Amino acid sequence: MATPDSSDRDARPSPEALLAAAQEQGRGRLKIFLGAAPGVGKTYEMLQTAHAKRREGVDLVVGIVETHNRRETAALLEGLEVIPRRRIEYKGRVLEEMDLDAILARRPQLVLVDELAHTNAPGSRHPKRYLDVQELLVAGIDVYTTLNIQHVESLNDVVAQITRIRVRETLPDSVLDAAQEIELVDLTPEDLIQRLKEGKVYVRDQAERATRHYFQPGNLTALRELALRRTAERVDEQMLSYMQAHAIRGPWAAGERLMVCLSDSQSVGALVRYARRAADRLHAKWTAVYVESARHHRLTEGERDRVAEALRLAERLGAETITLPGRRIADDLLAYAAANNITQIIIGKAERSRWFELLHGSVVRDLVKRAGNVSVHVLADKSLEPAAEAKPGAPASPRTFRIEPYLRSLVMVGVALGIAYLIHQFVEVASLSLIFLMAVLLSAISYGLGPSLFASAVSLVAYDFFFIPPLYSFTIDDPEDVIALSVFLLVAMLVSNLAAHTRNQAKSAADRARTTAELYAFSRKLAGIANADDLLWATTYQIASMLKVRAVVLLPEGETLALRAAYPPEDQLDDADLAAARWTWIHNRAAGRDSDTLPGAKRLFLPLRTGRGSVGVLGIDRDRPGALLTPDERRLLDALADQTAVALERVRLAQAVDEARLMAETERLRSALLTSISHDLRTPLASILGSVTSLRSYGDAYDEATRDELTATIQEEAERLNRFVGNLLDMTRLESGALEPKRSLIDLADIVGTALQRSAKVLARHHVEVDLPADLPALDLDFVLFEQVLVNLLDNAAKYAPSGSLIQIRSRRVDDSITIAVIDEGDGIPPGDLERIFDKFYRVHATDRQRAGTGLGLAICRGFVEALGGRIVAANRSDRRGAVLTITLPVPVQLPPISEPQSAPPQPTETRPLHELAAHDPHRR
Amino acid sequence: MSSQPTILIVDDEPPIRRFLRSSLAAQGYRVVEADTGEAALRQIADERPDLIVLDLGLPDRDGIELIREIRQTVETPIVVLSVRDDEKGKVQALDLGASDYVTKPFGTEELLARVRAALRHRLLEQGERPVFRLKDLEVDLVRRIVTLRQERIHLTPKEYDLLRLLIMHAGKVLTHRQLLRDIWGPAHVEDSDYLRSYVRMLRSKIEDDPTQPKLVLTEPGVGYRLNALD
Repeated sequence: MATPDSSDRDARPSPEALLAAAQEQGRGRLKIFLGAAPGVGKTYEMLQTAHAKRREGVDLVVGIVETHNRRETAALLEGLEVIPRRRIEYKGRVLEEMDLDAILARRPQLVLVDELAHTNAPGSRHPKRYLDVQELLVAGIDVYTTLNIQHVESLNDVVAQITRIRVRETLPDSVLDAAQEIELVDLTPEDLIQRLKEGKVYVRDQAERATRHYFQPGNLTALRELALRRTAERVDEQMLSYMQAHAIRGPWAAGERLMVCLSDSQSVGALVRYARRAADRLHAKWTAVYVESARHHRLTEGERDRVAEALRLAERLGAETITLPGRRIADDLLAYAAANNITQIIIGKAERSRWFELLHGSVVRDLVKRAGNVSVHVLADKSLEPAAEAKPGAPASPRTFRIEPYLRSLVMVGVALGIAYLIHQFVEVASLSLIFLMAVLLSAISYGLGPSLFASAVSLVAYDFFFIPPLYSFTIDDPEDVIALSVFLLVAMLVSNLAAHTRNQAKSAADRARTTAELYAFSRKLAGIANADDLLWATTYQIASMLKVRAVVLLPEGETLALRAAYPPEDQLDDADLAAARWTWIHNRAAGRDSDTLPGAKRLFLPLRTGRGSVGVLGIDRDRPGALLTPDERRLLDALADQTAVALERVRLAQAVDEARLMAETERLRSALLTSISHDLRTPLASILGSVTSLRSYGDAYDEATRDELTATIQEEAERLNRFVGNLLDMTRLESGALEPKRSLIDLADIVGTALQRSAKVLARHHVEVDLPADLPALDLDFVLFEQVLVNLLDNAAKYAPSGSLIQIRSRRVDDSITIAVIDEGDGIPPGDLERIFDKFYRVHATDRQRAGTGLGLAICRGFVEALGGRIVAANRSDRRGAVLTITLPVPVQLPPISEPQSAPPQPTETRPLHELAAHDPHRR
Repeated sequence: MSSQPTILIVDDEPPIRRFLRSSLAAQGYRVVEADTGEAALRQIADERPDLIVLDLGLPDRDGIELIREIRQTVETPIVVLSVRDDEKGKVQALDLGASDYVTKPFGTEELLARVRAALRHRLLEQGERPVFRLKDLEVDLVRRIVTLRQERIHLTPKEYDLLRLLIMHAGKVLTHRQLLRDIWGPAHVEDSDYLRSYVRMLRSKIEDDPTQPKLVLTEPGVGYRLNALD
């Protein structure tokens, strides 16, 4: 359990205490009924308390209670609402477990859950019941539960020692620590044995002899003491927490810091648990350290897993875990201890033969000797000690044997031999050995230990053969030379070892550097991607290649999660995986393979978290059986997941900004529309109403001319209103996509004619010139739509051109297109506005001074023209002031030939009397 | 037929009936009214009007259906009141037997002109008008001679057919289908290119400014009409 640093002596609530208090808001409260052994009456006590609560009016249900057919307990169940158990089929048997979903749906204030350390049947959401309970607590439901002291993880070894029974179902200490209340249900050993005799105690599946041993007075006393002590420690902690939360000055424990040294030995688990208990007693923080020496690379898979598992266990029990690279274990440990103010070191002592210790040295002995001020606790146990690596060890066989490095080493020695031979006339024999040493060194650096040792041996032989008298033989005359050769061999092997080790270290360092570089490249790449889909693809690809796994990413879509990216590409996840992914999303914790929830799923799912919450779920899968990821890989994955989450959040925020902007723009347009319509409809109406009421009230008093004027006004304004309404309708049709152009081949002259006729009044004060070449091909258009376009353009021209000026309609054929231009002599268009005039509600000078128009006319022109497959652009005249609006339309593909069907109508038809002709009425059928 | 033609107004909007009534009465017509399709049918049976002004947007009946029903019993000319964007409805009404149409909102002038044109057509059945005159154009329907400003102009047979048909229904609109069927025969009712090009050629011969025709007028999306100014 963590305690405040000794620096927190001033009278302020410690941050940890406050944080803990804050986190408890909204969660349910957990009360554990703790007992030393089965049969002390925990369930009974729990039920009694439940009844009391119920009388107080608390809404409680029974989640799961095991009565084991004891009548008194079963009697207590009456009157309580029991949630039916869930039936699970597994391998042909039907098992019953607590129905977690039913309880969550029921939402009681309090639920009773027996046997907190129980293991759920396969197929349940969580493998352990305490995880179910955690879900209940997160949902805000209070829980009462029962627990035997033997199930507590950190006490597992102690209990095993006492009772000779190793309990497999363990509960992490963190759950116990997090409980708000622990009530000890105590019974003296004598009373308990009595109850056993009366058959009131249920013990499961044990051999009778073991049971009898379990219920010995000595054992029971020891277990009782464990339970009592644990509860007492708990009270202690609560007192401390209270004092910290209220800033009461008190006697804090001295700031001890523990470090436990992990190895690959069999008993490393017990070591970790011991460390946890020690840390508890001392109220100290503790760290678990593993030194990754050269030996680590030679460990088997099983041994490496043991180390990884030990690190995970330590983490679960509340330690900080560190993996250090290093060569000399004892020195590295002490260096870390010194750097981190460690006050106590815990290490396991291995039993090795003296011979082994002589050769390899003992880490423990080195540690003890050089620890200085730090206390060292050595735990004895039957296991292997981590071997020191300071001296050259026995040659180890390489993982996969390849002949090539050996041959190359041979070549190097050969070269050395050549050089030595060349210069052996001029130097001392002894010095020649150095050349061979170079070869050995080179071989060690390039190819590792094996080939370099081989090179040492060959060098020795060559040296002896070629340079030690008698020459060209393997015998040695001079005893001094024997010594020289031995020394050479020793030095060569030492060099090999050193260099090879350095090479390994360099490789590890290079690996690490590469990983870091990849992480950096990953984050840089992510920073550059703006599109969510690209981001997801890059992410899954990177993660898959960096960790050699299969990666998928799911993002929320409406109410559910949807698969958005996968590398290698995937379409769907199966139901189990989807359930795990959804659980991860809802609870913001890992689920799936290798985790505490739904471990039967194929993949491991991690939430992609940012400070603001979850943005998605990442799923990992690998074909390798066993653990999915090593702790190192898991750390790397967490780093990648965090970066991905941040990048996703960034993209999402950018999108949100865009959407907000779009909405603001839409709002602007909408209010512009309302203002515009309101004004442009009301103005003519004002004139009409005014004129008409004037005529009705005072008409008699007016003379003919005035009456004429008023009625003319009414007519003009009504027509204007009609045009506006027409514009609005056109705009609505355009916007709603209800435009269905009815095309046919049309004469431009025809359409220009009708447009001019319709606009006759508007154009009354202008001259109009029409310039259409006679050979203009027919156009494939909707007559009505295009006529409206021309009418709008003429309207526009008339509005902005001065009275009496000229308006031209000109058409030309240009290659595959036909242009139709409406040209006026007005003020022209400001160059910056040549595109903007086609926007809705745009007016060149947006003041009331101009003749009002809804500003929709040109927008409608553009909409209709584009719907007909053409383009419209605005420009200013080059010869003088004025505007040119040009429509470009494609020429229809072929023109049907105009031919007169040959049969001329028969003459009789021509001379038929008129009334008969008239009677030839197309209306008659 | 009495000297005062009877006109039946069918429209569900009282304001529209009001102004139609006053305008038509002022021209000397006798006006009867109906506000639903049912009422209209009864009025037709009772009063035997000479012309019907029918709003397509009646509440109790589809206007097109009503035209079909009316045409089962009588041949009374019908002038249809329609809305701006309803080309399809107009064409359908005309093909089913309506004589002409007016688009809301319309001016009284326009309506009266159409009413006159529709009634005239009726009258033509009873009398003969061998020579047709319109501004500078004179057409002798018996001898098939067309003169413009006293000068004889030559039209091809089809062009003449077209002109004649327009004259027979002067002032009334003729749909593309009607024109094509009458001039080219039922097999060619979809060949609007023929019609278009012949109209163009006709216009080039009889109009002062073919690009701003005053005689042969285009009814957008519907057909053509001869402008009978009177």
